[in-house]
Amino acid sequence: MKKKVYQFAEGFKRKFIIFILMLPGFFVIFPIIILITGSVMDQYELKEYLNPIFNGFSDFISWKLMPDYPSFANYGKLLFMTPQFFVLFWNSMRMTACILAGQILVGVPAAWAFAVYRVKGSKILFALYVILMLLPFQVTMLSSYLVLNRLSLLNTQQAIILPAIFSTFPVFLTYGGFRSIPNQLFEAARVDGASERVIFFKIGLPLGKSGLLSAMVLGFLEYWNMMEQPMAFLDEQALWPLSLYLPQINWSQAGFAFCASVIILIPAVFIFTFGQDYLEQGIIYSGLKE
Amino acid sequence: MNKSKNLISFLIFIAPSFLGVIIFVLMPFGDVLKRSFSTAITGQFVGVSNYKTIFQNQAFLLAVKNTLRFTFICIPLLVVIGFLIAWPLSKLKNAGIIKSIYLFPLAMPTATIVLVWKMVFYKQGFLNILLTKIGEWLGTWGMIQTDYLDTEAAFWVLVCSYIWKNTGYTVVLWLAGIAGIPAEFLDAAKVDGAGSIQRIWYIVLPNLKGSLYTIVILSFLNSFKIYREAYLVAGAYPHKSIYLLQHTFNNWFVNLELDKMAAAAICTGGFLFIIILLLQKMWDRDEAS
Repeated sequence: MKKKVYQFAEGFKRKFIIFILMLPGFFVIFPIIILITGSVMDQYELKEYLNPIFNGFSDFISWKLMPDYPSFANYGKLLFMTPQFFVLFWNSMRMTACILAGQILVGVPAAWAFAVYRVKGSKILFALYVILMLLPFQVTMLSSYLVLNRLSLLNTQQAIILPAIFSTFPVFLTYGGFRSIPNQLFEAARVDGASERVIFFKIGLPLGKSGLLSAMVLGFLEYWNMMEQPMAFLDEQALWPLSLYLPQINWSQAGFAFCASVIILIPAVFIFTFGQDYLEQGIIYSGLKE
Repeated sequence: MNKSKNLISFLIFIAPSFLGVIIFVLMPFGDVLKRSFSTAITGQFVGVSNYKTIFQNQAFLLAVKNTLRFTFICIPLLVVIGFLIAWPLSKLKNAGIIKSIYLFPLAMPTATIVLVWKMVFYKQGFLNILLTKIGEWLGTWGMIQTDYLDTEAAFWVLVCSYIWKNTGYTVVLWLAGIAGIPAEFLDAAKVDGAGSIQRIWYIVLPNLKGSLYTIVILSFLNSFKIYREAYLVAGAYPHKSIYLLQHTFNNWFVNLELDKMAAAAICTGGFLFIIILLLQKMWDRDEAS
């Protein structure tokens, strides 16, 4: 009897803990619901709810979780009558894709070098990479500006892509993946006469891909959300990524803003859903100490 | 494998990345160092006068103060909140969904969330509606219309926004640290009659020092990204309680005051460099003992 009570109490405690831990979920889901309902509201309804922002009276804004007049008109306008929107969307896509591709080409071999070949000075070089990865954009903004200016790349998308390719953060994450492979495997392959190139492609990449994928997932979320760099180095709005343009839409076009927000959110949610394991792995790798 | 072959392989694999780092980071950083001792336009050597200028600049000092205040409030808060969530979570078997919930804000682009923040913190917005309702219900206060974004409260909006975004990151790092504690340690303590609080205090926390340093360093790094929220919510010249270092850098950049920027970049970079080294030293010492 006593044991049963104890079990019941334990089970209850467990459910209670789960319940408490789920509570903050409200704060995560709430913004998404607001964005989605806002995006399917008829513009007049939206205007009515947000009216206090325009009329200067002191009444509160209001909201409905189920719009009275649901409509996809704003999506339609945004997707079919605003070619500018596509330009910006593809800017975001292109820059993110180019950066990630470049990071793979440049960063993965570098991570491999650090993980596998211990030479004199490689430790110091790695420490330098770690410090560079930890410097915020503002500290390197001027140096990036100077070099981009000299290469006359300012106000082109290469100004965003090139410096990001040589970011040392993905090197660090990929390194974490390569380090998890036991060294004996490489030794065995060498004894069997495999060249370094073969070892890299046939052993390193397949077994160490978790680090690479983590870098890609974290990288995507970072560059899809990029603001500081384009704000500093791109004057021309037609070159901007969507993430920088969206905040420029003002309240009078709130319907557009909601739709655009949902559309920006979709690729991020997609990557998050399918890459969550790698996201977690990446966070753990980013915390590994050499 | 012989030494020279090892070195050649290392160089081949590292070359593209290191060349890029030299061209895009190290060389221009040398240039910045030189500029920090020169005038902006003529490039004449002026000694430390740029450094003197920035440390007499009211905007820069305010920004330093706010940035320090922000980090000193946010990082301990984030570390503690993260642990309070991670510890019970580490004992649950199926924590997948809960982890997803905490991690999701990391994936949400700032531009989309700012729209919602504006509606929540607007003076006629959701938060004030909620507070007013509570006041009516309690019968203690009437209508509340605090303007959160254009007063001192803006600082706390940023703090909340930072915690909202980064809790998941911290929870994952704590969980990884907790998973690394050998179960025998905890079992042994349990057999010896240690209560759950005692176990946390004497076994779990001392074993998590490594995680703590990591979390502090990464939270510090992430705290600089709060500029996105600050800028989007309040523009280039926000309320003075959230005027951050990042605003100063950006505004100097827009005005092409490159000499000040150079000096400030060297100071900030140097400061971060020292902090990182100190934290690593502490970490090494703890691992050795």
